[in-house]
Amino acid sequence: MFESINWSYILILPVIMGALGGALVLVWWERRALGFFQDRLGPNRVGWFGILQSVADAIKLITKDDWVPPFGDRVLFVLSPIFVAGAMLMAFVVLPLGPGLIIADSNIAILWVLAMSSLAVYGVLLAGLASNNKYSLLGGLRSAAQMVTYEVFIGLSLLGVVILTGSFSLKDVVDAQKDLWFCVPQCVGLVIFVIAGLAESHRLPFDLPEAEHELTAGFHTEYSGMKFALIMAAEYLSLILISALIVILFFGGWHGFGFLPGVVWFGLKFLLVINFFILLRAAIPRPRYDQLMSLGWKILLPLSLLNLLITGALVLWMQ
Amino acid sequence: MTNTATASVDGGHAFDVSTALRNRFDQEYVYQETVDGIPNLWVEPKHLCEVLRFLKNDIENPYELLFDLSAIDERFREHRADQPDSEFTVFYHLISVSGDCDLRLKVALSDQHLHVPTVEHIYPVANWYEREAYDMFGIQFDGHPNLRRILTPPLWEGYPLRKEHPARATEMDPFSMSDKFQDAQQEALKFVPEEWGMKRSAKHTDFMFLNLGPNHPSVHGVFRVALQLDGEVIVQAVPDIGYHHRGQEKMAERQSWHTYIPYTDRIDYLGGVMNNFPYVLNLEKMTGIDVPPRAQVIRVMLSEMFRIASHLLFYGTFAQDVGQMSPVFYMFADRERLFSIIEAITGGRMHPSWFRIGGVCQDLPDGWYEMVTDYCDYMPARMDHYDKMVMENKILQRRTKGIGAYSTAEGLDWGITGPSLRATGHTWDLRKQRPYSSYEQFEFDIPTADNGDCFDRCLVRVEEIRQSLRIIRQCAENMPSGPYKAEHRATTPPSKERTMEHIETLIHHFLNVSWGPVVPPCESATLVEATKGWMSFYSISDGGTMAYRSRVRTPSFPALQQIPFISNGFMVADLIAIIASIDFVMADVDR
Repeated sequence: MFESINWSYILILPVIMGALGGALVLVWWERRALGFFQDRLGPNRVGWFGILQSVADAIKLITKDDWVPPFGDRVLFVLSPIFVAGAMLMAFVVLPLGPGLIIADSNIAILWVLAMSSLAVYGVLLAGLASNNKYSLLGGLRSAAQMVTYEVFIGLSLLGVVILTGSFSLKDVVDAQKDLWFCVPQCVGLVIFVIAGLAESHRLPFDLPEAEHELTAGFHTEYSGMKFALIMAAEYLSLILISALIVILFFGGWHGFGFLPGVVWFGLKFLLVINFFILLRAAIPRPRYDQLMSLGWKILLPLSLLNLLITGALVLWMQ
Repeated sequence: MTNTATASVDGGHAFDVSTALRNRFDQEYVYQETVDGIPNLWVEPKHLCEVLRFLKNDIENPYELLFDLSAIDERFREHRADQPDSEFTVFYHLISVSGDCDLRLKVALSDQHLHVPTVEHIYPVANWYEREAYDMFGIQFDGHPNLRRILTPPLWEGYPLRKEHPARATEMDPFSMSDKFQDAQQEALKFVPEEWGMKRSAKHTDFMFLNLGPNHPSVHGVFRVALQLDGEVIVQAVPDIGYHHRGQEKMAERQSWHTYIPYTDRIDYLGGVMNNFPYVLNLEKMTGIDVPPRAQVIRVMLSEMFRIASHLLFYGTFAQDVGQMSPVFYMFADRERLFSIIEAITGGRMHPSWFRIGGVCQDLPDGWYEMVTDYCDYMPARMDHYDKMVMENKILQRRTKGIGAYSTAEGLDWGITGPSLRATGHTWDLRKQRPYSSYEQFEFDIPTADNGDCFDRCLVRVEEIRQSLRIIRQCAENMPSGPYKAEHRATTPPSKERTMEHIETLIHHFLNVSWGPVVPPCESATLVEATKGWMSFYSISDGGTMAYRSRVRTPSFPALQQIPFISNGFMVADLIAIIASIDFVMADVDR
């Protein structure tokens, strides 16, 4: 399954540390950026421009009382956050960050990523169920419905890219974009992937499973301390993952304009995408749960099927 | 003042009504004059329902709106010579929107037999008002579907607004709460669906009962709605209030007329001086004070500023509750600018307690004109910006259009007033319809909308901000000169020079400062167009330095009662949009 199982395993630690550290920094950066968008300051006290705020938060969360609701399912309640965060971290294994910078160049990398993000849904669902709280239950139900829906065409939206590349390997996908980034031929796929990605990582505007104004905190209402931190981390990991995937699949990965190393190009594009997501969060209201569903099934699904059909037809015709 | 004009109109109307009633029921009704010009008719309890049904349905200008319903403990009242014997009086304040007139029906009850028929089936809004009167006075409303306490906790003992109930903590034993007592209270607060006629399951489904609140991010305070859910669809909702009750009406009976003004600020805590407004206007009616023009215009200017401040907060939280994160921050910043002006003028921010009987507390400070006009120049562009950001947003429109809609007639049935009623296409604005404090001299439009849904309720308020800016600018450009407070013994103490000359003047000064003004025995109600709808004070003086009874009628109270009616069949997320669009403040509900 994994072809290049050799020296690249030493990348595991830096990637995991980088992803988790990135999630920490991202929490701070998002709060600062939102503050900037919203005409206020955001956290600016701890460290340089408040950059250590997340560290302070992490210390607080670690030292908090480890509480499990006596009315819930103890085992599932403890396991679900680990499950969510673990599944998310696993997906990072196959991401090519630069030329040669990849832990495992798998020939089924895209499927691997999709599978891992689907697994994370179980964590969310079980967290909602195990809490034995009505708000959590509603949040879990919403997340199940939302994820199942958006799983369907997050995969379909990527198939266009797969057809153009002729491979499921993310490395091949990047290589195939040497001359033309897929955001041009696959612009429809890109839009669908962005929307579905938002729904997958349940961020505002699609944060229905945890919609604060409706379900207080949705599926993680009962969570606190480190278990809450894991859920939060998983959410930011998922945002990082989706952003990285967008860069890899549609914006040429590490390909740039020559004068900088590939990793830097990747990083720059990645930051742009992340900030776009933060801006979206600041700007857009939340649709209703059934509206999100009907958007998925009635508009995005036919659109992604059509995209797939046309891409396939064009590729066949060009041959 | 316009008092006399209204009085004569109403006087003629009172004649019509009592004639119509006499013709219809072949009976004489005791007629009572009050200084507000609203005719009072005393009705027998047994005739109450048919009289109300007649007044609502069969009269030329029907009384569509039961504006207020409460009671008066008359047992210790001395000056009531022109009224029939009564130990507890239940009063019904009716308003005819089509005929532009008011009527107050009163029912005399004896202490031995505190029973009146419910009018809930005639005016749905009466349901909660009757529960409140039961809660506060122990009056039984026969036939009421669920006559239980509404503002006080379920296990409360005694009836707070009865005269024998203590008003101060020092009159009671020290409060302590044993574990047993606490458990009992909590048990009593548990929602039991059967008490509200709900089933726990239907043919193919088991219902889920969800307690939304009293601690929930989007119920705007301590407000609880018990929801019967089928999936995420609301089958039935039961609002539960009273967590913010502070006994405003009881406090009015133990504060002097003047020292009660700061308490009024806290009723609608976003309305600031807007709450002082009906109270001082009412007292000026009762004492016959003419307010100088400058004070009138200053009052208008400050009230409109608070209208903007309140609407801005509504606007921001409305967008926030629909899931839009940012607007509330911009609007808070604009509100902050406004508060800096209010602070420069009054010295206070949210609760300046700045109106006085007969005028305002101080004259305007130097530089007020520039601050106010700067704001009027700055704000319109911001409002256009917000339109693009919030009102034109397609997701927000889809979330709020067609949600929680009601017609004008339904709104009146449920006692809805103000912007929420104008969202149904109704054009009544008390500032135009019954101008007070020189509103008749201002040019402004009454924004209305057609559908009466969540979106329209927001739309009307957004437009009102623009109109308020117009009014404020007119105030600034045309501010009259002259005194800021009336020269009247009830409001302004004698000047220093004169107290040094006459001992009587000195005594008068002393009494006025220590006791406060004495208001002659009379009754009066005054309505104003407050930020959230019509707010009224109905004060009764027994010739003392304190109110004998002060009834506060607030717009938020009936609005919450209406929630089940407009939210059944919608989803939880819609309920949040509905709650956000109502624009209520729990302090305004519970008082």
